[in-house]
Amino acid sequence: MSMSNPTLESLENEISEINFEQIKKKQRLKSFAKGMLFLLPSIVLFGAFLFYPLFKTIYLSFFLTNAQGETTVFVGLQNYIDMFASPVFQQSMKSTFLFVLYTVPTTVVIALFLAVLANEKLKGIGLFRTIFSSTMGISVAAASVFWLYMFHPSIGFLNKMLEIFGIDAIGWLTDPKWALLAVSATTIWMNLGFTFLILLGGLQSIDSYLYESADIDGASYFYKLRRITIPMLSPTLFFVITVTIINAFQTFGQIDILTQGGPQNTTNLIVYSIYREAFANYQFGTASAQSIVLFIIILVMTVLQFKLGERKVHYQ
Amino acid sequence: MGYIELMDISKSYNKQSNVLNGIDLNIEKGEFFVLVGPSGSGKSTLLRMIAGLEEISGGTLKINEKIVNHLPPKDRNLSMVFQNYALYPHLTVEQNILFGLNARKIDKQVQKKRLEETAKLMGLSDLLKRKPRELSGGQRQRVALARAVVSEAPLCLMDEPLSNLDAKLRANMRIEIRRLQKQLGLTMIYVTHDQVEAMTMGDRIMVLNDGVIQQVGEPITLYNKPSNLFVASFIGSPKMNLGKAVLTDDHLIIEEELKIPINSTQIETNIKNKNLIIGIRAENLPLGSNGEETYEIEVVNVEQLGNETLVSFEVGSELWTAKWLGQWLGKVGDKVPVHISIENIHFFDAHTGNLIQAASNTNKQEVVKI
Repeated sequence: MSMSNPTLESLENEISEINFEQIKKKQRLKSFAKGMLFLLPSIVLFGAFLFYPLFKTIYLSFFLTNAQGETTVFVGLQNYIDMFASPVFQQSMKSTFLFVLYTVPTTVVIALFLAVLANEKLKGIGLFRTIFSSTMGISVAAASVFWLYMFHPSIGFLNKMLEIFGIDAIGWLTDPKWALLAVSATTIWMNLGFTFLILLGGLQSIDSYLYESADIDGASYFYKLRRITIPMLSPTLFFVITVTIINAFQTFGQIDILTQGGPQNTTNLIVYSIYREAFANYQFGTASAQSIVLFIIILVMTVLQFKLGERKVHYQ
Repeated sequence: MGYIELMDISKSYNKQSNVLNGIDLNIEKGEFFVLVGPSGSGKSTLLRMIAGLEEISGGTLKINEKIVNHLPPKDRNLSMVFQNYALYPHLTVEQNILFGLNARKIDKQVQKKRLEETAKLMGLSDLLKRKPRELSGGQRQRVALARAVVSEAPLCLMDEPLSNLDAKLRANMRIEIRRLQKQLGLTMIYVTHDQVEAMTMGDRIMVLNDGVIQQVGEPITLYNKPSNLFVASFIGSPKMNLGKAVLTDDHLIIEEELKIPINSTQIETNIKNKNLIIGIRAENLPLGSNGEETYEIEVVNVEQLGNETLVSFEVGSELWTAKWLGQWLGKVGDKVPVHISIENIHFFDAHTGNLIQAASNTNKQEVVKI
């Protein structure tokens, strides 16, 4: 017998002894367990404060409740049917969509304008950037109170200005024609800081070589804005629009402080309506049903945006 | 008078020390002019000043006999290729190439014609509908070149256009750019930190260091007669071997180790007993043969390149490299004789670094022999 045969045999034996499939399976299991361990904090937090409330809300929306929020009678979809038939809710939906329509495009356009201005390399531009983004640091409550004074019918700054020009005072927050616009203006002002900052960040990440190359090619300022800045900024714009729409649908604080849903329910936006239904009328069932509708609306809007918008967005 | 004239050009940021100093330069029409220097030498800044992307702090810049200091880039009638190509990622190759023509509102028919010509010239005809991210590095480079070509500007500026390519592609593109320039009769100003690119592409080269011109001249002149130690060590690969030396009555003593006999007719007398630095090219250190004056050296490293062999050895504190044609199969630690001839030695002043006497023997004959 030569030496090579036994060694070859033992090698084959060795190979057959190793069960590759089983070892791989073991390794996969191990790495899965490790991954789960890393995810655990998020899963626990999301579970307690997001998933559980979500399912509880869906559950509640099929019931009538008592004042403590305990379920009393199962009514199936009756909550939803009543809700859509209710003129108050219809008004609330209309106001919400109008509010989104007023605030989102205006915020984005103004913020974009300011960001393009603040992106110029000028002396003291840091001061303007700070000013433009400063509303980010102001709480909803503080901003609302500030605007409450601005809108005050007799001592408010706006009506004082109108007085100078000889125009009659406007009941900004009490006139049904003006209330939603007034709240929208407040919201635009409040959201401007955040939107501006994100857009400015987006502008600054655009490679300066592109502009230099365009300068050599003889492109005008607006040509550069149209052909370079806006397309290169599109991912940021997309993000900003999505976030602003979601925020607009969830507006609550300024309504609570400025108008409390009035006058004649014109500013009764959906989140405020949910709040009133649950904590003023103690109708947790209907409140839950409205929450679910809001959830679905935001979900659909976001999905729609991704479907429509993403095609026009240029990621690098 | 040249096509581009730089008169006492300087650049400083925030009125602090100058990054460029007293640049005087004439570039002829149709010339391929290379600016070369290590990073931070100010070569890119100079190019950007010519382009109009940087303010000129001092001096006068003339293009085509007109002062252009105050003109924005678009009015200087030039094109530029950037190091990272500056392609618009959201536009197709076609839109990228036509960007400038569109911006200048040139007639659509003319645009189409020029696009077709350029695409054909650059071999991009099949790629016009693609986005830059779907192109390879070499293809992107070609698009960047096409953008410069399509503008039909007589002056083209290039800022290290090949530094993002791999070595093989770079060698190809060197030839291609050079051919394109000759074919279109462009005046080219080309910035690079790579001395090989400078040597192989330029009609003339300007070596820049710390914002000061070191030498301007044809590649071969720079190689044969480097005006100072910086140019000597910057141009040529492997770099020139340098060593401290003193000249006695009948000997040149290098690094207190090598003693080379001389007769006084070979050397100007006024450099005797001065502190010198001598330089000798790697190819001028041949393996010694019988009947020649040789010096025994100990090999510390051998690099086989196939067609030639690089042999390193120590001379005093300096590491010298000799380049021998063919494959020399020696080993580290071998002691070999090397021939050093006085005609191949450049002499530099140790204090100023300036050239005192260039090697009298150039390499011209060698090429003829082979």
